[in-house]
Amino acid sequence: MASISLRKLNKTYGALTVVHDIDLEIADKEFIILVGPSGCGKSTTLRMIAGLEEVSGGDLVIGDEVVNDVPSKDRDIAMVFQNYALYPHMTVYKNMAFGLMLRKAPRDEIDRKVMEAAKILDIEHLLNRKPKALSGGQRQRVALGRAMVRNPEVFLLDEPLSNLDAKLRGTMRAEIAKLHKRLGATFIYVTHDQVEAMTMADRIVVMKDGHIQQVDTPQNLYDRPVNMFVAGFIGAPQMNMLPVTILRDGQGFVARFEGQNLPMPGNLDQSRIAAYEGREAVLGIRPENFHEVAPDDIPAEALAQMSAVVELTEPMGSEVHLGLTWAGRPITAKVSPRCKAAEGETLNLLVDMSAAHLFDPKSELSLFSDAPQPRGIAA
Amino acid sequence: MSIGKRLARIGLPRLIINLTVFVVVALWVMPTLGIFVSSFRDKDQLTVSGWWTAFSSSERNEAGRLGGLDLMKQEGPIYVISGNVLEGRGGAVNAFGTKAVAPRAYKAGTEADLGDGIKLSINSDGAYRYTSTAPFTDDNTGRRVYLAVATPPVFTMVNYKNVLTGEGIGQSFVNSLTVAIPATVIPILVAAFAAYALSWMSFKGRTLLLAAVVGLIVVPLQMSLIPLLRLYNDVGTFLGVPSKTYAGIWLAHTAFGLPLAIYLLRNYIVGLPKEIIESARVDGAGDFEIFTKIVLPLSFPALASFAIFQFLWVWNDLLVAMVFLGTEKDKLVLTGALNALLGSRGGNWEILSASAFVSILVPLLVFFSLQRYLVRGLLAGSVKGG
Repeated sequence: MASISLRKLNKTYGALTVVHDIDLEIADKEFIILVGPSGCGKSTTLRMIAGLEEVSGGDLVIGDEVVNDVPSKDRDIAMVFQNYALYPHMTVYKNMAFGLMLRKAPRDEIDRKVMEAAKILDIEHLLNRKPKALSGGQRQRVALGRAMVRNPEVFLLDEPLSNLDAKLRGTMRAEIAKLHKRLGATFIYVTHDQVEAMTMADRIVVMKDGHIQQVDTPQNLYDRPVNMFVAGFIGAPQMNMLPVTILRDGQGFVARFEGQNLPMPGNLDQSRIAAYEGREAVLGIRPENFHEVAPDDIPAEALAQMSAVVELTEPMGSEVHLGLTWAGRPITAKVSPRCKAAEGETLNLLVDMSAAHLFDPKSELSLFSDAPQPRGIAA
Repeated sequence: MSIGKRLARIGLPRLIINLTVFVVVALWVMPTLGIFVSSFRDKDQLTVSGWWTAFSSSERNEAGRLGGLDLMKQEGPIYVISGNVLEGRGGAVNAFGTKAVAPRAYKAGTEADLGDGIKLSINSDGAYRYTSTAPFTDDNTGRRVYLAVATPPVFTMVNYKNVLTGEGIGQSFVNSLTVAIPATVIPILVAAFAAYALSWMSFKGRTLLLAAVVGLIVVPLQMSLIPLLRLYNDVGTFLGVPSKTYAGIWLAHTAFGLPLAIYLLRNYIVGLPKEIIESARVDGAGDFEIFTKIVLPLSFPALASFAIFQFLWVWNDLLVAMVFLGTEKDKLVLTGALNALLGSRGGNWEILSASAFVSILVPLLVFFSLQRYLVRGLLAGSVKGG
């Protein structure tokens, strides 16, 4: 069993607190990804789990043992570092065998495990090379292999793909996901790349300024962000945030934006919207919820018409990102490449309001979420 | 392409740099080369000509004697004395003369007319023919002649044999090694441990300790000699052992070398990638294993460069050795022995040059075997990856 519990975990450097009271339950064999901008404390959290940083407060539990003061070599973990951290003076074989040799494992067992890992990672032909004679992708495989041979309960990966080129990153992403299924170990993975987080994780932990913002599955994180930070962080291009005022309109409600009434369709929780009647809110609309023609699966009353000036077109091949100005506000829309919008032209689009998000402008919390307000967010 | 164009392409700054390097190298290599060549030369040749003439024959004036009356033969109307002036010695006669003021009056192979019907010819191989129309009336010892004799270069190992066996250089060479090797190895070992602790183990007062170590670099050696010697004497008296021992000088050199060693090695070791050490820690290595299996192998350039420094310093040291080891024969180091030789055999260049070359032989070997690490090691800490 290698479930991991972080209970009110803190990390302070003198007066500076970089990780605040983190509570997190990680199940056995789960693939958890910690994601957030630079300096959000995700790497520090990982390093505390690894035993490379002392825990300043709270409890760290692996299995059912508090391991705050257990040295990392006794924690049954393996770690893969961003810059691979291979031992430059040892061959690939020795690099992989190092951990087992330190544990005085029998020679034939070391040999068997190294060969097995090398086979899985397809690096058998590299075993006698030194790290400097390897490419970035090969080094990454060796680093993974070095973690694998020890057969640990927990794998810790600290931005392992960020030094690879885009194509290789895609391949390695798939391989790490496969490896997780195959090894049946708990994976804790730190990245700032939301694509890695969305594609690999069972659950994603979004962090900011040393606080956990939201822990959920990738799809839930995308569909139901608990606050403006998570909404803005997950999804590319970013969600558009517009200041609106909630007004009653007959039975339902509308969001009034720059003199324009945007409907609040029935699938949004009307009772929660009602609480904000007459008050200001922040309307969040993802770029992909702008349409040129009405889609079949969205009721007409959920669509709002808008017209905006095209400032910038970014063709991505499969789609086009438009930089628009809507009533003086810059927004981004994602449309199909069939849209032949030219820069400077005024474009009429439909907004799918059934996918809209609403946030409190002060607390930045989603109106539709029950999550308690994370501390550290400006109140 | 003309030479001018080529030079212009190289550019003046690079030209100046190359020229300067060439001059510096020449300045440094010349004396070594001179000592090296001189040490193999015959001691008689060494005194009359410089080492740069060593590969051509050297010419000097000698006095010789022709045969006496007993060798006189009559060949028809003339009387002849013949033989060889070199009498079996090597060399070649370039010129000859009959007066001390003009020893090279006649070229070898020509016939000199000495008046009164007397003629002398000496060939370059020394064979002479001395003729007269009247019987010779000189005394029996034969006539004096002066010769310009060119002797071929003579190279010999005799100087080295003399120096290594006769002059005590061999013994002091061994003494020097006995001092230098442990006095290099001990500080490096100690300093490497200290450097690891000062860079990768966190403990209270680490920065202060490092500052203290760095501060010790400025303590002049000369200032601490006397207090240290008094301490040695006291300890020696207390324990009932002599105060001037090899162990003592090892400790002294270790102490004098440690601050710089710790500082240099620490700067290198602190620059090793943090992740490698953390990775080893997660892999299950303790501090000692990280030090021996990861840090030591990776610090080899820095260790080697410091080893060169320390070894050369100890090898060339005279002062510390004189103070802490003394001048008894079984303890006299090479620098001390050379110093003594300079006094007693100052005129014997062949002894001095051979001894000097023996003394620089080891530093040269050490330097050339480790020099590729020296450059890398000196950059330690300044460039990532060293």
